[in-house]
Amino acid sequence: MKIGIPKEIHEGEKRVATTPEAAERIQKLGYSVCIEAGAGEAANFSDDAYREAGVEVVDDVKAVWASDIVIKVRAPETHPELAADEIELLNEGGTLISFIWPAQNEELIKRLAEKKVTVLAMDSVPRISRAQKLDALSSMANIAGYRAIVEASQHFGRFFTGQITAAGKIPPAKVMVIGAGVAGLAAIGAAKAMGAIVRAFDTRPEVKEQIESMDAEFLELDFEEGGSGTGGYAKVMSPEFIKAEMDLFARQAMEVDIIVTTALIPGKPAPRLITEGMVESMQDGSVIVDLAAEQGGNCALTEADKVVVRHGVTIIGYTNLPSRLPTQSSQLYATNIRHLLTDMTAQKDGEMVVDFEDEVVRGATVIKEGEITWPPPAPRISVSPPPPAAPAEKAPEPVVEPTKPLLPAPVRAAMPLVLGGLVLFGLGSVAPPSFMAHFTVFVLACFVGYMVIWNVTAALHTPLMSVTNAISSIIVTGALVQISSPGFFITLLSGLAILITSINITGGFAVTRRMLEMFRK
Amino acid sequence: MSEGLVTVSYIAATILFILALGGLSDQEKARRGNLFGMIGMAIAIVATVSGNQVTGALSYAILVMTMTAGAWVGLQLARRVEMTQMPELVAILHSLVGMAAVLVGYANFMDPGATFSGVEKTIHEVEIYIGILIGAVTFSGSVIAFGKLSGKISGTPVLLPARHWLNLGLLILTIWFGSLFVAGAAEGGGTLPLMLMTLIALAFGVHMVMAIGGADMPVVVSMLNSYSGWAAAATGFMLSNDLLIVVGALVGSSGAILSYIMCRAMNRNFIAVIAGGFGTDTSSSGGGPAAEITGEVVPIDAEGTANLLDAAKEVMIVPGYGMAVAQAQHSVNEITKTLRAKGVTVRFGIHPVAGRMPGHMNVLLAEAKVPYDIVFEMDEINDDFPNVDVSLIIGANDIVNPSAQGDPNSPIAGMPVLEVWKGRTTIVLKRSMASGYAGVGNPLFVKENTRMLFGDAKDSLEAVLKELGNG
Repeated sequence: MKIGIPKEIHEGEKRVATTPEAAERIQKLGYSVCIEAGAGEAANFSDDAYREAGVEVVDDVKAVWASDIVIKVRAPETHPELAADEIELLNEGGTLISFIWPAQNEELIKRLAEKKVTVLAMDSVPRISRAQKLDALSSMANIAGYRAIVEASQHFGRFFTGQITAAGKIPPAKVMVIGAGVAGLAAIGAAKAMGAIVRAFDTRPEVKEQIESMDAEFLELDFEEGGSGTGGYAKVMSPEFIKAEMDLFARQAMEVDIIVTTALIPGKPAPRLITEGMVESMQDGSVIVDLAAEQGGNCALTEADKVVVRHGVTIIGYTNLPSRLPTQSSQLYATNIRHLLTDMTAQKDGEMVVDFEDEVVRGATVIKEGEITWPPPAPRISVSPPPPAAPAEKAPEPVVEPTKPLLPAPVRAAMPLVLGGLVLFGLGSVAPPSFMAHFTVFVLACFVGYMVIWNVTAALHTPLMSVTNAISSIIVTGALVQISSPGFFITLLSGLAILITSINITGGFAVTRRMLEMFRK
Repeated sequence: MSEGLVTVSYIAATILFILALGGLSDQEKARRGNLFGMIGMAIAIVATVSGNQVTGALSYAILVMTMTAGAWVGLQLARRVEMTQMPELVAILHSLVGMAAVLVGYANFMDPGATFSGVEKTIHEVEIYIGILIGAVTFSGSVIAFGKLSGKISGTPVLLPARHWLNLGLLILTIWFGSLFVAGAAEGGGTLPLMLMTLIALAFGVHMVMAIGGADMPVVVSMLNSYSGWAAAATGFMLSNDLLIVVGALVGSSGAILSYIMCRAMNRNFIAVIAGGFGTDTSSSGGGPAAEITGEVVPIDAEGTANLLDAAKEVMIVPGYGMAVAQAQHSVNEITKTLRAKGVTVRFGIHPVAGRMPGHMNVLLAEAKVPYDIVFEMDEINDDFPNVDVSLIIGANDIVNPSAQGDPNSPIAGMPVLEVWKGRTTIVLKRSMASGYAGVGNPLFVKENTRMLFGDAKDSLEAVLKELGNG
């Protein structure tokens, strides 16, 4: 199948859906890949780099869109140069993979469905452990969190780290992060790395540990209410809880220099957490970065896609933070896409299979051949492994059956001794002295063997077996002493015995020697 | 050579053999020990040949011919065998000892030169009978073990109905034929009962090993090793030859101890193993079904594995039979070398029953030139796992199964295992999600810090090695 990568047309969008490196590996799955000329330029991937990776660079936009599978970052929208909607360019029966946001874009979904296409939404990948490697939302959130701190530092007039210099003492910047999801944690990490004091708040109590693992302080509420919803997201909280929360933010706003808000509840407008009053109470020169700007903002004064200064506080409302780190975000997105394609191309034959048995694929597929399949059934948190197929050569597990002892323990312990004594007594009473002499040798030899063998190191058990095997061929002496006995048959038997024991003697010693030569420091 | 000189030579040979075994306590002394063994064997053979029991040019001609031919075959075998095939080679060599015991027994039975009377004669007949019996069991058992190990016979245990009764019946039959034989031999006959007994013993050997599954092969191989020793000892009694008795007893006790060590490592009953056909009831010792294993398996690719290994300080490699099957020991060594060059501490943890033969893994690693001072036994390193960053499990399953410790209802409950799950990350190389030979699900695979690298061990490791080289 052919994969087409068009240039992103959304204003300010610098990302590209695949990198030369990812494209090379996608081709190994059996796909052929073409890309619109200049698509990777804004993310610092030149057309030549793609060509080197074996990707066909095409000037004609329509030719790219005519591929079997079209992969994008942003959802389709009206093409400014062609004055046509990207949906119109899609092949009927083709496949589109991109961010879609089906909950917010019902109209778009309907129009895509009319085109009888299959659509995989990277934002609808279920958040289960197995799907982590293709979770583009996490990849992008990670970048957004990092970039939020970079943006904040740019607008913040001071150091992040505290210093004592000849010119005076510089206090460290105090950063509060609200919402410790992937973006929040990334922001905590970046702020910590720059030396700031970081505090973080989240309605889900279980993330306390994660926040503390990043060496940040977890702001606690004296309030009992768990905030965990399904799929790892937060849920809407009760009014009492929100009041307690707002009090906390109001107190913190007076103290901290930088606030990063990342509070989002899926499918709902962003909760208002920072009121105008709180902004006013902040010191002049403070910075607020609102990562929820696209969904209306966590701060009352946020304006989407803009940086505004209100009451002396800079409020950053960029909605395209990942795009502001285009190389990195393209790399991560391309890797997510590659993992998705790998999962869907088990045969590596370049044919994509939309398998609804696969929970991840089921979740991501919002339209299958023109039929809207969103929303998917609720994700299971974990799945059982497939029942183990029993291969034929498998042996059933031997079990030592529990046996009830017939005799009490002390009697049982003495049993071998008593039995051994009886056997010896029986032997001694009937056997002739010549036998007893040999028997003495035998018993003593067993004891010598016992003593010697326990000292053998476990690593040399195989050589032990081959060398004991070789020396047990001492049985050859038995054959040797009989070879001269009268009778053809005896000679034949002895000769045979000598032949096979000779094999054993040389084979055993030689292979032992070969093995021991290998044991070197 | 006089009788006295022969005896002295035998004493020297005996001492040299004991030194050969004793030398195996240490890798450095082991090579010298093996040399002692060879010298001992040479002394024993030369002394016997130059003794007064070997006479006539024909005898010497046969001797030279057979020994040269045998030695040549033996050398070829030793030279050609792959280290992964060691269990098969050892098994087939055991069968030769068993066969030799049978042949010598028959030759001795037919030898008219032996003059015994009364009780001594009876004892002598019994010795012949027992010698042939053990020899035949060893022979047929080893041949079947060889077939199973080399894959010529399916590793599945073949369980006849009422097999314990069958075994008991065979035993009674053997004793009955024994009495017939002794009675017959007193009048110069007894050939028929002896032959019938040989057939029964051969059938018994086949039946015993057929009933044993692939995973229990380490016990079987060491048990047959023991039997071959007892066969030699019985022959020694028959011929009144102390050298044979001593060596047979040494080998017999060596094999018995090895079997015992293997049984202990698998938490099995020694008697149940020796008696043949291990218990195969699925009812578990604690009562109630073993805990169901559910959870999610997290796969990883070669690149991810390489990254984890690269970032680790302490790496533990746990090889199993899968490494032998995939012939992956050389790739393992390459990875070890690469990691050690990068300053990563790499160690190997060897479970006593990993592989199909005692010490199998050590030999394979030694073949690949992994230095033996970084290869450790289970007991030596089991406490270190909490400090291990990455454990790499190569084709092992039951020996790293946490349910042996945690789940009293598991069929392998109580078996000592390598506690890999205590390490920070565990990477399991496996062909598929199928369970191990014990047929027990492994909760290790669904642990949070476990990653599964599916595929042939050798291919996977080579991919990891490539990634390590790139990084």
